[in-house]
Amino acid sequence: MRLIIDLARGMLSRRRRQTLVSVLGVALGVAFFIAITSIMRGFQTYFIQQVIDVQPHIVIKDETRNPTVQAAQLALPDGAVSVNGVKPIDRVRGIRAAGEKLAMLEAIPGAAAAPILTGAALLRYGSRDVSITVTGIDPARYARVANIEKDMLHGRLDDLRSTANGLIIGDTLALRLGVQLGDTVVAVSPRGVSLQMKIVGLFHTGLATLDQSAGYVLLKVNQVLQDRPNVVNQILLRLADVTQAEPLARDIESRFGERTESWEEQNRNILTVFVIQNAIMYSVTGAILLVAAFGIYNIISTVVFEKTRDIAILKSLGFTEGDIQLLFLVQGLIAGFLGAVLGCLIGQVMIEGLAQLRFSSETPAGNDRFLLARDWRIYAIASAFAMVSAALAAVIPARRAARLDPVQIVRGAA
Amino acid sequence: MTALLTAHGMARTLPEGVTLVTDIDLVIQGGEFVAITGPSGSGKSSLLYLLGLLDRPSAGRILFEGQDTAALSASDLAALRLARLGFVFQFHFLLPEFTALDNVLIPIRRRGALKPTAAEARARMLLDALGLGAAAEKLPEQLSGGMRQRVAVARALANDPVLVLADEPTGNLDTRNAAAVFDIFARLAAEEGRAVLVVTHDAELAKRATRRVHLVDGRIISDEKT
Repeated sequence: MRLIIDLARGMLSRRRRQTLVSVLGVALGVAFFIAITSIMRGFQTYFIQQVIDVQPHIVIKDETRNPTVQAAQLALPDGAVSVNGVKPIDRVRGIRAAGEKLAMLEAIPGAAAAPILTGAALLRYGSRDVSITVTGIDPARYARVANIEKDMLHGRLDDLRSTANGLIIGDTLALRLGVQLGDTVVAVSPRGVSLQMKIVGLFHTGLATLDQSAGYVLLKVNQVLQDRPNVVNQILLRLADVTQAEPLARDIESRFGERTESWEEQNRNILTVFVIQNAIMYSVTGAILLVAAFGIYNIISTVVFEKTRDIAILKSLGFTEGDIQLLFLVQGLIAGFLGAVLGCLIGQVMIEGLAQLRFSSETPAGNDRFLLARDWRIYAIASAFAMVSAALAAVIPARRAARLDPVQIVRGAA
Repeated sequence: MTALLTAHGMARTLPEGVTLVTDIDLVIQGGEFVAITGPSGSGKSSLLYLLGLLDRPSAGRILFEGQDTAALSASDLAALRLARLGFVFQFHFLLPEFTALDNVLIPIRRRGALKPTAAEARARMLLDALGLGAAAEKLPEQLSGGMRQRVAVARALANDPVLVLADEPTGNLDTRNAAAVFDIFARLAAEEGRAVLVVTHDAELAKRATRRVHLVDGRIISDEKT
């Protein structure tokens, strides 16, 4: 094998310039692959990071995924039972035995849980009405599952506790209502309860839906406002290991029965977009590498053509067809390997260059630069891709070389 | 004693219908120095490639050390060439990127029977024996035609073959170098007991061989020993 590699290196060294060109082709393919993947993955990772950062990882809701099975159907599983006009049992909606479930969830290692009650309300200030979603929280527990504290412009979550009927709203909502910190607004719930509330804090998350139609109050206050004493309708969970969210959500759902959604399920539409994005990216960079592979095909073909005499002599010396095929395959792999190494270096330089770029306008997420993923696995994938395409490109000329008949060559030359 | 190489009623016809050689019956023993002579196009080289197991006959049989070569696969034949045969061509056919020493080392390394140090020692010994000790580290382009051809001979001897085949090995050499190469062949046959088959059109050089096979139009018309 060492002999084959030595022979391959010797043959390529004679075509230095051409080898360099095809190596450069592979290198550019690898470099673009690395740079583009880095941009895309960087953005996706940033986005997911934001989602993981801001949103709870698991949400347990006071509803079931499927309607409950009727008793008649349970009793006669094989019977043709059809129950029409079923109305939901008129019970107080909410997560039952929330306190016990909360204790069980808190016992999971690395998990923090917070109970909340969400409901609609109308905020009234002077002649202005804005309908919002009010979330009743326990500030200490809520701070552990959602990172709202960092988005606070004025006040803190704890101010809810120190002020009677305190309310925290988004800055856009405050603008629409025309209220400022310290003002008192009237909140009216669909159940007809109305409460005077004092603005104790303003936040800005950058997410329009939250900033213009969300409000936070104490859990107790919202239970009064919604006329649902002691009711909790969602439990939010935050995990130390976000990758466990989906299996854990399934586990919780099967144990408690309540519909439980992981952050992946809640953001499925965007994650699907990422999948399509990745498919496009891989096909574009794959095309670049394909073009590079033609360069390798070209040089190996040239070398085979030029080296027919050497192939004949090697065969007459007792090299088998397999040896000859391997010899040219190795040349393709050498070109692929050099291209991969060079491509990784160029890719690294491109990433450093992109990292210096600044956009003149801020993106909605508040960034003025590319968010770049720096992951050795991107380099590994690009290199492997280059090596495989180089090997594939070399196979055809290598097979042709292996089939050459030494007698015809020697006779032609003699 | 089994003959080293036996050809029985051997013929080689190209697919286009051209007959290269026909009705070849030949027995070659170890230690023989055979010159194959004949005019251009008489099938000398074709016969050599057949006897050197590079080509397969269209009819008849070739027995190498008593074994019918028709039964051997392409890679079996390659293994046989590697271990038992040595080729020298009209043009030296050294690999231009490698030194004289490396060129001689290629078949030895391919066979893999010797450790690297032993392989290099053997290659240097062969080069020394052919008066090329000083040229071992030189590239083929730095050597004269005669030296290159002697490197090619050293390469042919790399794996200690029982049969050395040479196709017009002196075609590109001046008289003095040609004579030197023939002296080497004579020594290989007489002193080392190898069979040597040389294709040549030079009647003077052919006289140095112990046996002359004359070919006309693909047929053996005379086979004389001295």
